[in-house]
Amino acid sequence: MENERKLTIARSMAEATAQEMRRDDDVFVMGEDIGKLGGVYGNTRGLIEEFGSSRIRDTPISETAFIGAAVGAAQDGMRPIVELMFVDFFGVCFDAIYNLMAKNIYFSGGKFQVPMVLMTSGGGGYSDGGQHSQVLYGTFAHLPGMKVVCPSNAYDAKGLMTTAIRDNNPVVYMYHKSLQGMGWLGTEQGATVHTPEEEYTIPFGVAKIVKEGSDVTIVGVGLGVHNGLKAAKLLEEKGVNAEVVDLRTLVPLDRDTVFNSVKKTGHLIVVDEDYQSYGLTGEIIATIAERDITALKASPQRVAYPDIPIPFSRPMERFALPNPEKIVNAYAKMKEQ
Amino acid sequence: MLPTSEKKKWMYENMLVSRFFEEAMEAIYMEGKTPVFNMAEGPIPGEMHLSTGQEPCAVGVCAHLRPSDVVTATHRPHHQAIAKGVDLKMMAAEIFGKKTGLSGGRGGHMHIFDADVNFACSGIIAQGLGPAVGAALSKQMKGDDSVAVAFLGEGAVNQGAFHEALNLAAVWKLPVIFVVEDNSWGISVSKAESTAVKHNAVRAQAYNMPGRFIADNDPIALYDVAGIAIEDARAGKGPTLIEVETTRLAGHFMGDAEGYRPDGELDLLKSKDPIIRMKKLLIDEGVLSEDENLQITLKAQKLVDEAIEFARSSDYPEPAEALEKVFV
Repeated sequence: MENERKLTIARSMAEATAQEMRRDDDVFVMGEDIGKLGGVYGNTRGLIEEFGSSRIRDTPISETAFIGAAVGAAQDGMRPIVELMFVDFFGVCFDAIYNLMAKNIYFSGGKFQVPMVLMTSGGGGYSDGGQHSQVLYGTFAHLPGMKVVCPSNAYDAKGLMTTAIRDNNPVVYMYHKSLQGMGWLGTEQGATVHTPEEEYTIPFGVAKIVKEGSDVTIVGVGLGVHNGLKAAKLLEEKGVNAEVVDLRTLVPLDRDTVFNSVKKTGHLIVVDEDYQSYGLTGEIIATIAERDITALKASPQRVAYPDIPIPFSRPMERFALPNPEKIVNAYAKMKEQ
Repeated sequence: MLPTSEKKKWMYENMLVSRFFEEAMEAIYMEGKTPVFNMAEGPIPGEMHLSTGQEPCAVGVCAHLRPSDVVTATHRPHHQAIAKGVDLKMMAAEIFGKKTGLSGGRGGHMHIFDADVNFACSGIIAQGLGPAVGAALSKQMKGDDSVAVAFLGEGAVNQGAFHEALNLAAVWKLPVIFVVEDNSWGISVSKAESTAVKHNAVRAQAYNMPGRFIADNDPIALYDVAGIAIEDARAGKGPTLIEVETTRLAGHFMGDAEGYRPDGELDLLKSKDPIIRMKKLLIDEGVLSEDENLQITLKAQKLVDEAIEFARSSDYPEPAEALEKVFV
């Protein structure tokens, strides 16, 4: 393609942020190591050179203060983007997130807006242990008052970031480390895709069918989408035509697209790197069951992270993480029933 | 920085409004809750934290504030809200859970939000500090000389959020004032049993900011110190920590039997009622005549009566309105 310009997710996030900062003086970024370092995952790289240290603001390691501060700044008319370096760290600042950021619009009857983006990394697979590898999608999606975004590729990452910054509500923007395009994190090549230079938005709550198929619906977000696409290839070798749905946003959740796909294929596998119980997998399956259980021709399956902390040792962690083979096996299990 | 006679009268009047409001809350709160106390019953359900006795802390600071200045308050927010100019009728209606309340009944007594005067709350100890720091950051970045004030109780100084917020405010030289209302009780645990230092104002040293201690619930001394702190903040000189020694004349919440109070403490505190002292001060100084006092008292009572009447006569929200305003 003549005009093809491939970006990593990290670069596309930085580009969206820069473009929004140029068009709106109220947008600024703060967090740990987001200035000169450009963010541990590269998603603020180059911004301090253009915008300076007032608008690209390194913070002390004190998440309670700076995420709380983002809430106050947002209520006062600014549009902060704040980075929580690892989603696992939410434990030290959760009150600022779910009691302040997520509830102050409601408590004020909508008279205060809280236009902030909390961006945070998730994901394991590189032996960083159980306090630095979780994804925790379900935690944030479960608690009301924050929109939850999770891109699987650079094109979506840019458009969803632009939408997130322009939204007058708090948005939790969750990016998967393995998709960032940082070599040291074992990058998934499929996430680095053509990304237009001009500004564009992607609406929240619109899932994308990334591969059409007729035999089984595989639903995922983030890295799960790539696992789903790889599984679809393996299934194709067995003559099974899988459809892969990228949810893109968890709040709002595009239940219609998922339901219509399952209605077409009759089979459902949900992939999630988050803990299995009480999470996204159960939510998606419940959506189908509540709406019309007869859409399902077999019991739905889930390929999720087991309900254990994330182990350090490589063989144990790999055993626990979702992968394409597990999805293929889930399909086989479904057909055996 | 001493208050003018007009400011003194403003402070006194707002203390009265606050006191009358709390007296009304106290009486109405018990409606329907006797003989068996049930928190869910009556026209005002839920917890109720009265600020009776702490009025000087709010008026001494808020006398300097403009509507554009931001205040974040605590779970005991009524005196702070009144002094900041939160709409009294809508606040009363909010506490009653009425449709006409500040948030249409979604917040309640611990979550008073008024965007018109930049007032916000948190019911969680010390968690209003981060948002105040952020509001101050916003003012600084916009080049606006407005300030933010975070009110907190002395129990909040032992929370991580307090230390993180002070550090952030100091390192960025933000226009924010932290006001510790030290009523010496964290629910039932005394300050002496929970806090390693006698005066929290000294903690300011750890964050390289001025720390000021106001003894004896003194609104005039607080006005002076807060005025300097706010002037400094507006001039870009950074944050100040102010600690006010105050008195909680009620329990932690309504229904608190206060069995933990030493014998005689409450009587001693009541003998130092700040409203009575303020009135005496103004009369002795010749700022206030007995006749003016009557006028101000009647006016304050009328404001409260009208607010309560507004709240009582307002409709409850439609139940399904609960589903609205999660997002804007």
